[in-house]
Amino acid sequence: MSTLAIDKSGPTRKVKLGSMSRDRTWALRWSYFFLVLFAIFFLTPPLYMLITSLKSSAEISAATNPWWVFHPTLSNYVELLTSNQFLRFFWNSSMVAIMVVIVTMLISVPAAFALARMKFWGSATLATGVFLTYLIPDSLLFIPLFKMLATVQEWTGITLLNRWYVLLFIYPTLTVPFCTWIMIGYFASIPKELDEAALIDGASWLQTLTRIFIPVALPGLIAATIFAFTVSWAQFLYPLVFTTSVDQLVLPVGIITSLIKGDVFNWGQIMTGALLGAAPPLIIYAFLMDYYIAGLTAGATKG
Amino acid sequence: MLTLPLIILIALLVLYPAVYSIHLATLNKSMQKFVGFGNFTFLFKRDTFWMVVKQSCIFAVTAVFFKALIGFIVAHFVHNIPGKKQRKWRGMLLVPWVIPPAMSTLAWLWLFDPSYSAFNYTLSFFGIGPVNWLGDTAWARFSVILVNVWYGAPFFLIMYLAALKSVPEQLYEAAAIDGANWWQRIWYVTLPMMRNIIAITTLFSLIVTFANFDIVRILTSGGPLDRTHIFATWAFKVGIEGSDIPLGASVSLFMVPILAIAAIFILRDVNKRGNEA
Repeated sequence: MSTLAIDKSGPTRKVKLGSMSRDRTWALRWSYFFLVLFAIFFLTPPLYMLITSLKSSAEISAATNPWWVFHPTLSNYVELLTSNQFLRFFWNSSMVAIMVVIVTMLISVPAAFALARMKFWGSATLATGVFLTYLIPDSLLFIPLFKMLATVQEWTGITLLNRWYVLLFIYPTLTVPFCTWIMIGYFASIPKELDEAALIDGASWLQTLTRIFIPVALPGLIAATIFAFTVSWAQFLYPLVFTTSVDQLVLPVGIITSLIKGDVFNWGQIMTGALLGAAPPLIIYAFLMDYYIAGLTAGATKG
Repeated sequence: MLTLPLIILIALLVLYPAVYSIHLATLNKSMQKFVGFGNFTFLFKRDTFWMVVKQSCIFAVTAVFFKALIGFIVAHFVHNIPGKKQRKWRGMLLVPWVIPPAMSTLAWLWLFDPSYSAFNYTLSFFGIGPVNWLGDTAWARFSVILVNVWYGAPFFLIMYLAALKSVPEQLYEAAAIDGANWWQRIWYVTLPMMRNIIAITTLFSLIVTFANFDIVRILTSGGPLDRTHIFATWAFKVGIEGSDIPLGASVSLFMVPILAIAAIFILRDVNKRGNEA
């Protein structure tokens, strides 16, 4: 009885005094514990891709422990990287992504420059409009776009459907609004004195843009480039709708339509293809993480 | 002048198709006859359509809720980790967002595989299963949402982490001096300070999730028996695979009201903060 009473009255003060740092270490331990749990949840699929990609078909269908590779083999990689079809997908994807990045930058950097610095009739409305178009999803537009392309093809005789280059016109609708939007934010944060000084020195608008704005806003430009690249690399719906022939497909669609033959899933190859398809964005992310994250948060915080 | 390419691009490939899809929605299947609201009244009479409406709403709301919740919780844990290590953890936890969703969904499809694969193998040790992940209605819906949460939660994590860093430490000290417990600290300090970011991230994610296509398409293609179809995948099935373009256009037009409401709120928020700055 007496010990209980002492416990209740005495130590409360003591605990309070020393509790700050002890709370902290415990909070840290719990944080690590839960972070490990969440990391397992978040990283299981990519790791499982890697595990499966190192297995032969025989091992996969042998129903052994799926979380472990008993006879690691690179045959899946060799097979895919020597298959013309897969290399064709990779080539198409790279071409589309790189050219879309170039087109996006050519459109959005001058536009952002104009919207950030020159006040003209309707510039504020246009900036808002750019942001709104960013919110229009691809799944709303793919049907009318499909019909539009078919109609244009009928009228002009230029083959648009089922050609990879049509994606060069379509993807910028996804990348340009966001890139313009974050570039407006970056350009607007450049002090006015800087371009005024350039103007006084006799620089034209073009020179101000290339000599002052682009170098100063380079982090933003890199973030926008990464965004444009990852979006065009990952886009799935538009190529699925607009391209069908095997030689015109980009990577995501190519893997799904050509590696899955009817009901036969060659999982070793599919996972290898998926991993190779995920590699370019992952590599960019690994090296330029800070820019990547800057671009990600800029959309909402820079506004 | 400099904005001309931008204006042309938006007008020709965003605004025009948007208006054009309204026009398309009023035509009959062969696109030769004007049928007015015929497609819409046809849709209203079909059970599948109402099922898709219901499923889209359940899908979007549940997925966004769990994304926001997981993002919020994990952001706190990451925020607790000091300095350099925090960067590593953050880098690791953002990986799902970096992998193209079409690729990672394939990995999930393989994880869900009923006969050979990992989940059922693991569960069998606990005497559970085999679970028919993608073949059973309830489980299929669960799986589709799970993958979406997995893909989208890191985005919330990053946004919330940025927001957490902007909350001044003094506020927590003041709260601690006033004797606030952890729950009160979150409720009275963290949440009010993060309200803007939470609102805008949630609305944004609501739009993206509502219009999602990749994940459902690859995991279930809408099956079993259309029980996991959402607007985008059903519009694809009806419009492109079923080559009834007008009907597909009408289906996807039903996304507009919800998208518009979310967009208006986002815009209000963005403008408000633009004025503050």
